[in-house]
Amino acid sequence: MTTSTTLLILVAMAYLWYAVGRSRSVAVVGGRSKAAELHSLPAYYGWLCAVWCLVPAVLVMLLWKIIDDGLLLKWVLSAMPEPFHSYTGTERELLINDLTNVSLGHAKVASPEVLAAAHHWQALKQLSSEWLAAAALTIGAVGGAVSFWRIQKTLRARPEIERLVNLALILCSMVAIITTVGIILSVLLEALNFFSRISPFGFLFGTHWTPQASESAGAFGAVPLFAGTLLIALIAMVISVPVGLMAAIYLSEYASRRVRSIVKPILELLAGIPTVVYGFFAALTIGPLLRSVFESMGVEMASESALAAGLVMGIMIIPFISSISDDMINAVPQSLRDGSLALGATRSETIKRVILRAALPGIAGGVLLGVSRAIGETMIVVMAAGLNANMTFNPLQAVTTVTVQIVTLLVGDQEFNSPKTLAAFALGLVLFVATLLLNILALYIVRKYREQYD
Amino acid sequence: MINTPEQTAQRVSAGLKRRYAQEFRFKLYGFLAVAFGLGFVVFLFSTIIGKSLGAFHQTEVNLTITYNADVLDPDGTHDRAALQDADYRLLLKDSLKELFPEVTDRAAVHKLLGLVSEQAEVDLRNRLLSHPELLGKSENIWFMADGRVDSFLKNEIDMSLPADERGFDDDEVGFVQQLQKMNRVRRVFNTRFFTAGDSRQPEEAGILGALRGSLLTLLVTLLLAFPLGVGAAVYLEEFAPRNRFTDLIEVNINNLAAVPSIVFGLLGLAVFIQMFGLPRSSPLVGGLVLSLMTLPTIIIASRSALKAVPPSIRQAALGVGASPVQTIAHHVLPLALPGMLTGAIIGMSRALGESAPLLMIGMVAFVADMPSELTAPATALPVQVYLWASSPEHAFVAKTSAAILVLLGFLLVMNLAAVIFRNRFESRW
Repeated sequence: MTTSTTLLILVAMAYLWYAVGRSRSVAVVGGRSKAAELHSLPAYYGWLCAVWCLVPAVLVMLLWKIIDDGLLLKWVLSAMPEPFHSYTGTERELLINDLTNVSLGHAKVASPEVLAAAHHWQALKQLSSEWLAAAALTIGAVGGAVSFWRIQKTLRARPEIERLVNLALILCSMVAIITTVGIILSVLLEALNFFSRISPFGFLFGTHWTPQASESAGAFGAVPLFAGTLLIALIAMVISVPVGLMAAIYLSEYASRRVRSIVKPILELLAGIPTVVYGFFAALTIGPLLRSVFESMGVEMASESALAAGLVMGIMIIPFISSISDDMINAVPQSLRDGSLALGATRSETIKRVILRAALPGIAGGVLLGVSRAIGETMIVVMAAGLNANMTFNPLQAVTTVTVQIVTLLVGDQEFNSPKTLAAFALGLVLFVATLLLNILALYIVRKYREQYD
Repeated sequence: MINTPEQTAQRVSAGLKRRYAQEFRFKLYGFLAVAFGLGFVVFLFSTIIGKSLGAFHQTEVNLTITYNADVLDPDGTHDRAALQDADYRLLLKDSLKELFPEVTDRAAVHKLLGLVSEQAEVDLRNRLLSHPELLGKSENIWFMADGRVDSFLKNEIDMSLPADERGFDDDEVGFVQQLQKMNRVRRVFNTRFFTAGDSRQPEEAGILGALRGSLLTLLVTLLLAFPLGVGAAVYLEEFAPRNRFTDLIEVNINNLAAVPSIVFGLLGLAVFIQMFGLPRSSPLVGGLVLSLMTLPTIIIASRSALKAVPPSIRQAALGVGASPVQTIAHHVLPLALPGMLTGAIIGMSRALGESAPLLMIGMVAFVADMPSELTAPATALPVQVYLWASSPEHAFVAKTSAAILVLLGFLLVMNLAAVIFRNRFESRW
């Protein structure tokens, strides 16, 4: 029986228990007219039966599904004769690969031992799914029945259901914590594995990045990546901060309400465009355009350049900077504006000397968030910035970034334990830590600023 | 030093001109910034629309095919298997030779055959298999032209390059012009683009496979992220006591919202694929990763929707004896639902445009089949854009732009839906 049929049967069973539990609760007090004597509404007794039928059974199924693959494989391998029995490392992985291929029918030819083991595996899988279905259905039936027998006039069904609901809600909100822990653990463990082979010092301060050519310790110096990332982020911020800030000032202080209501959504379109579109645009339109402009001025420019990627990334961040600046400018109390204008300052003087000064911490926080976005942005740089780890601050050259290298190291065929793939996780750790610090700092600044005028 | 009013007025008016000029410049900078943004939006859209136009039309070539029984069924068995394996390329070659009797050179014949898409053989076989009575007869059929012919006729090939660099030499140009004179070339709407999966040949490639991959992925994302997000929002907004634990959750949610998407891809690779052994490149894993990524967005939107429900509703429900859970489930949630759904749609549209984490979990593999299961290898719309954008063939540029238009179209529809939803169902108090 497949998992989905089992689930369907369980749901049907739970519905049945709901109906049975509900009518039993009415029957216990002797009819609909006396339902008020029950502690809870009849539906709660039905829910109680349904929940106790469904939840434990589904949990058991889930748990078994998570561990069964590994467990079954272990049994199959341990039942195999020598020398297969004591394989380790790569040999073991190859054997597992063979077994998978044979049992999926991709490979027909194999040694008799492997064939036998594959059959054994197949049989075990079959057995496991049958037993799992039987177990889940039994648990469902028993769970429903136990709650069914518990139904009495005084059974506090509603509080019990509500406690369960509360528990479920807590679990939902724990997902955020679990995700963070998952990110930290997965990235950290692989990165530690990497650092056990390549010294963290060489990784953080080395200046040669050539993992595609060799896997020796000298090939993993990430400084050129950091430099490239910072260069592109810098170009992006040089574009987006003045444009975003001035656009926000113009729209909130100068533009009429009508203009504002039309222009603002159009600018926000820029925020909704997928980054892959920006990447395509940077690689196929802006890159060649910049190149022909620079070449007409007699300046050599690489076809993939930090400038094209940074420019387009800057445009992507404009709406982000402008909406944060807009918020911050609007949070400045009107009294400050009025005071300055009353003293005879012009509008631009008010903005420059009063509003911007008051809003500066908030805007700085927004800019930091923008930087963290620029550092973590992937598609634009993958498509437009290049792969060669050049140590250069010339924006007309191709540079590479942390995210580009993560993508190139992990896309395509890969063995999981090579320094190349592990290096991607080490880069991921650096990226995660850097953006986390920026975010925390930025959120702290923004919050402090908001409190100031609340 | 104390100035008299006259002196002050004099000093102010002396600087006034400069200050007004400054004011004007400042305002101009602001205007320029806005104009820059707007100009870029226009530039972006016009470039993409302009580049994509070619992809919606496809060149076809008309050939007179004779279903020569000697070629297709030399043994005369009329067997399906024989027709299945027959040499349809030879039929195409014969019909082309008939049109161009002067071409005898092997290499030139090869070039002639290259003008027709490889799909033509498949089309021919399918046609004959469904109409076996055609054997021995002849008919005129429109075949898809090769991607290079298409690019040539759309003036996308730079003819100023030397013949061997542009991938379409003078012989081929001559053949195409001859075919045009014979009225055997036409341009039709490219339905294949919307009904086919990916292909290595630009003229055969379509978007439907990627679209289905995206829809399956989004389905998983919605089914996971929406209930989890609403649950978390309800707990944090309505039930949670304020303590260290809930503070920790809040900090986490805010931080997750700003973690780069590629890091979620790393999580998916290490946890879902390596640890749990879920199939690589599958919409299931893609959906799991994207749901973790969109969860913060949905939680934040749902919380503000719950905050917008006035406390009086809760007090009224509690006042007539509802329990807290009943109050939320029966009264607050239905009122907050439109806002929550709006947030969910916005989260989904972000997930639809996301490609970096999908690259990490292997959804960049070349997938020609239509994915129909959650565990089958698939790709997604933005990833398809990335894949086509990195293809060297020129005809893929138009395909990429067209795929972008499809993607943007979906995003537009989703965002419009969110706006309409909000205006229609959100009550204000």
